[in-house]
Parts: sequence; structure tokens; C-alpha cells
Amino acid sequence: MAELTYREAVARGIAQEMTRDPDVIFFGEDVGKAGGVFKSTVGLYDQFGPRRVRDCPISEQAILGAAMGAAMTGLKPIAEIMFSDFFAVCFDYIANEFPKSRYMSNGQLKCPLVVRTANGAGSRFGAQHSQSVENWAMMIPGLKVVAPSTPRDVIGLLAAAVRDPDPVIFFEHKSLYPMKGEVPDGEIVDTLGTAKILRPGKDATILALALMVPRALEAADRLKAEHGIDAEVVDVRSLVPLDTQTIMGSVGRTHRLFTVEENPRLCGWGAEIVSIVADEAFYDLDGPPVRITTPHIPLPAADALEDAVLPTVERIAETVRRSLQS
Amino acid sequence: MARKPARAATRAPATNGRRPNDDIGEEVRLKLYHSQFRIRQAEQRAYDLFLQNLVKGTSHLSLGQEAIAAGFGCAMKKGDHTFCTYRGHAHTLARGVPVEKVLGELMQRDNGLMRGKGGSMHLTSAEHGVMGSYAIIGAHLPIACGAALRAQYKGDKDVTVCFFGDGTTNIGAFHEALNFAAIWKLPVVFVCENNYYMEYTPIGDITAVPSPAGDRASAYGLPKIVIDGNDADAVYRAAQEAFAKARAGDGPSLIECLTYRHSGHSRADPGAYRPKGELERWKKDRDPINIYRERMKQFGITQADVERVEAEVNHEVESATEACKAAPNPPMDILFTDVYADGGWAWRN
Repeated sequence: MAELTYREAVARGIAQEMTRDPDVIFFGEDVGKAGGVFKSTVGLYDQFGPRRVRDCPISEQAILGAAMGAAMTGLKPIAEIMFSDFFAVCFDYIANEFPKSRYMSNGQLKCPLVVRTANGAGSRFGAQHSQSVENWAMMIPGLKVVAPSTPRDVIGLLAAAVRDPDPVIFFEHKSLYPMKGEVPDGEIVDTLGTAKILRPGKDATILALALMVPRALEAADRLKAEHGIDAEVVDVRSLVPLDTQTIMGSVGRTHRLFTVEENPRLCGWGAEIVSIVADEAFYDLDGPPVRITTPHIPLPAADALEDAVLPTVERIAETVRRSLQS
Repeated sequence: MARKPARAATRAPATNGRRPNDDIGEEVRLKLYHSQFRIRQAEQRAYDLFLQNLVKGTSHLSLGQEAIAAGFGCAMKKGDHTFCTYRGHAHTLARGVPVEKVLGELMQRDNGLMRGKGGSMHLTSAEHGVMGSYAIIGAHLPIACGAALRAQYKGDKDVTVCFFGDGTTNIGAFHEALNFAAIWKLPVVFVCENNYYMEYTPIGDITAVPSPAGDRASAYGLPKIVIDGNDADAVYRAAQEAFAKARAGDGPSLIECLTYRHSGHSRADPGAYRPKGELERWKKDRDPINIYRERMKQFGITQADVERVEAEVNHEVESATEACKAAPNPPMDILFTDVYADGGWAWRN
């Protein structure tokens, strides 16, 4: 067991898979010699060399297109898009190419690749380097979409993503990179589509993803200590495939549902889950499901403004308390 | 400021009194003719079937451009990969895919290449190395780089050929892919089919250089290669040279083939924007099929040999047409298959 940062876990996860499988290659902008702009890939270039760890020009379309061509013909590429906001400049691959080639070719083509990217706010970068765009990927048939919240899960879910036969979009949260966590020794491999109950409770279910997971946990601690409310916190971890079984099981026990989303409110993943629960477990609910989100605005840069729009521990705790006690 | 390059390119290439490409040989020459004639007949049949409302959706014919697909197709080996565009019937047929499979997909029947799930713009036959037809302009140039990267990484000797039109040269992915291929010396051959029109607009009206691909090659450290795309021998020769370079590890090539499409951009387009007489001139002087018939005569290939090839093609197209007319629509049970690798479409447990 070792204590690793989330960013160190990224490098360990990639190294684990590159060591296991010689067909895994890794490329992106500044990922090699420089070790990544978030220092999340330090050491990989030295360990695996320029043949397997490649620095790319600023060419997001070429990066994703090349990943696809390599995947279609037998390699298992991991490609990095430095900031998830840049998906917008290479969205053809994410929306039209990766996810549709298997279907359009009636199963003749395959696209087993992973796109890693730094997602989310908290670094005061403003509206073009801070968005949470997991919904962009979630809405497209044919993609898988993963977003880990702990160093251990980074390794386990990254390994699952690399070994998966479908294209997987892997959202790392840039504000989690310095976070430390215990990571077991040896190989770690998770299963995609498995949510985790991180804190059992009986009064409310709080669903969270990525940076919102530690905030939800802290809010739950506060609800217990200050109000005697026993909230269950579920880390969704994977939006596609979605572990509705664990989510519905939790709602079936607590009878109240809260989602904590960093994305802007319209069409957030929480809306989809609320819709599923309303459809299939309406009579398990003792009150209306509540979504806690960022407002539907571009993200501001100033720390005071950015802090004000993301769901905070206080806002999560207060929303749950008010809803349960009304 | 409209440029008028089409007129200049209608002249036959200079031969300096020597017969070019003497060494191609009769066997390859018959193959080149077979491929061109087969593409012509299959596409002409697709057009006829469209007029009968049996070809659904859209279709983008490359009548008049057959020499390019045929020239590259004949130079390619099993294991090489083809990436093409929505105007990809010719490139698909040139890899040996049966006419029935192509027409079946155009007619969206169950016997089509993708059983009607892809349509004319997405022809794919992985077993023939046809790794998809891409309907978003420029999307497949970077993807072709990836296939070439795999070949280089694994030490495989296959080449990747990526066909696209003149209009593609003005999209960002073209430049990203060319730079990518050049910096990593990838074994990929980019083939620009310059038919002088970006969909409905003359390419010269909207492009800063006269040769949309050739003039940009130097930006990626590549030589300018502009050839007569209506002469299958010239195409075959250029393909062989580029493939030898790629297989030797010396990197990519960018080849601009000058040609002309006889039909409009798509089934919705009669091509009325073209200057009067332009199409007729190309058909009369620079039709690749006519050029090649004449070439074969010059090289002593008998009329009987030519007729044998044509009869074989006509038989294939006829029987394919009958088979497609008789084929059923795709069954509903394929609707929800192959979204994900497990064969299904489930996104939740």
C-alpha cells in the first residue's frame, strides 16, 4: 500500500497497461519529455521511450484521428487531449467517427482506444479551460464515459478502459491531481459500469462524480454531525455504462435522491438519472429528486466567482437538509 | 478571380516520341482496364437504378475518375489499407469487393456490404482492406495516419492509401494529417483527386494556390507531385513509386491527380454550374476508358482480349443487379446490434 497523488496514479495506470501489453501506445501534446502540463505523465517517456510515448504537435484532430486508425488496425492507443474543452476542436472524432464506425460497418470495424483528458474547474482558468464536458460524450451512442474520483480508481478504471473493446473517454479532474490517496500495491483493474457506495446511509442518496465526490462526502459528514441526517454517498464513476442497479438499490433504501453535478444545469447527467428513477422507481421516492448543479453560465475566472458557482460542501449539505426537513 | 485550369489539363501528356510505361506489361494493363471498366459499368448501373428509384438516400458517383482508383488499386497488395470518402464506390470496387455487395448497399438491401446500416457514403469491407468511407470531409486523413502508425510500430510492410477530393485541401484536418505523417515518416499515401470542383464551386475560385494539394506539399517537406489522373498508366506508376518509398521507411507522399467528374456532386446535382462545353470536351478527349482502350491498341492487346474483359464485367454487373433486386430489406433484428463491442446497444446495467 502506498500513498499516491491522483496525478501520480495516472502515470502508474498508464505504465501498468503499457508494461502488460506491448500494443498499448500513448501520445498527446507535451506528454512525453515534458511529462504533461499537469505532470500527470512524468516518467513514462524515460521508461518506454519515444517509440511508445510520443509528443504530438498541437493537432487535436490528428491526435484523435491517428488514435482511431491505430485502434482500428490492431493497436490499443491512449491519446491525451490536454483540456477537455478542446474536445470542441476535434469533436468529429468523438461524435461521428469513434462511436459510429462499428455500427455503420455492421460490426466490421472496431475502435478500442482511450482518450484521457483534464476536465473541470477549480484552477481559475476561465470558461475555455475549466468546463466539465462529460455530458458532451455521454449523449453519443457508442462511447463509454468514465470519471474517477480517487487515485486508486484512476488506476483501476484506466486499466479497465484500456482493456475495453470500445472507445472510452476518460475524464480526469484537474483539481483532483494533487489529491492523495491510499493505493494498493500490484496490478489494479476495475470493471466499467460499477458505481461505489463510499458512505452508507439511510436518510438520503447523494450521487456525485469526480471533484464533487469528496465534497459530497464532507457534506454527508456535516449533515450527520450537525443535523443527525444519515446520507449515503455514491460515486457514480462511470456514466456509460451506468450502474443503475447500485443507484436504484440505494434510492430504494433511502427513498430520497440528490445529484451533485459540476456541469452546467441543462441536460446534465443528473437529469438522466433522475428521469430513470422517476420512470422506474417513482414509488420508492418520499420526495422530489433534487439536482445540485453549476448554473447554466460559462465559467468565470476570478476565484471568488468560480467558487460561487460550483456546488460547495455548504450548498450540498444545506440543500439536503432543507429538502429533508421541509 | 476565377482560374480556368480545366482547359489546360485536357491536353494529353507529352510523350517525346517514346511510349511511356512500356514496362507495365499486358497482364497489368488488362487488370487496369478491367478495373476501370468495372467501376464505370457499376457506377453507370447505380445511376440507372437511381433513376428507377431503387438506389435510396444519396449517392456520389465518380464517373470519369476511374483511372485513379484503378491505378492505385492495381498497385496495392493484400494487407494494404484503403481509406476513402463518401465518393468511395470506385475505391471500394478497386480493392476487389464484389459489385453485388456495393450495389446492394446502395439499394439498402440485406445483401449489401453493411446490410444497409451504412449506406452509399460508408462503404466498408475490412476483409478487402477497405477501412471505411468517411462522409465528413477530411476526417479520414488523420485516421489513415493512425493505420500507418500501426504499420510502422509493428514493423508491418503494408501501406495506407487515403483518397480525398480537392475540396478537402482547405480543411484543417488535411494540414494536421500531412504534418503528422511527415514528422513521423508514416507509410501513408495521400491521393488528392482534383476534379476541379469542390461540390458545386470551382476549386480555383476558393483556393489560394493553383494546385490545391501539389502546391502545399512543400509545407510538409514533400515533393510536389501532380499527375494526369485520367491516365491509368501514369497513376499506376505514381502509386508504385509512392508505395516503394513508404515501404522503404521513407515516409508519406502527397499526389494530386487531375481529373474531372462527369456527373454532378451528388444525385441532387445536375452540374448546371459548369461552363458550356467543358464536360463534353473532357468526355471527348480525356475519358479514361477511351484513353485506355486506345493505349491497349497501341501496345498490341487484341480486340478479343478487350471484349473478354468487358463481357466478364457486364456479366458481373448484370447478375449483381438481378441479385440486388431480388434481395430482401434488412431485417429489424440488426437495428440494435453492434453499437458496442458486445454486439448490443445497452449503455446501462
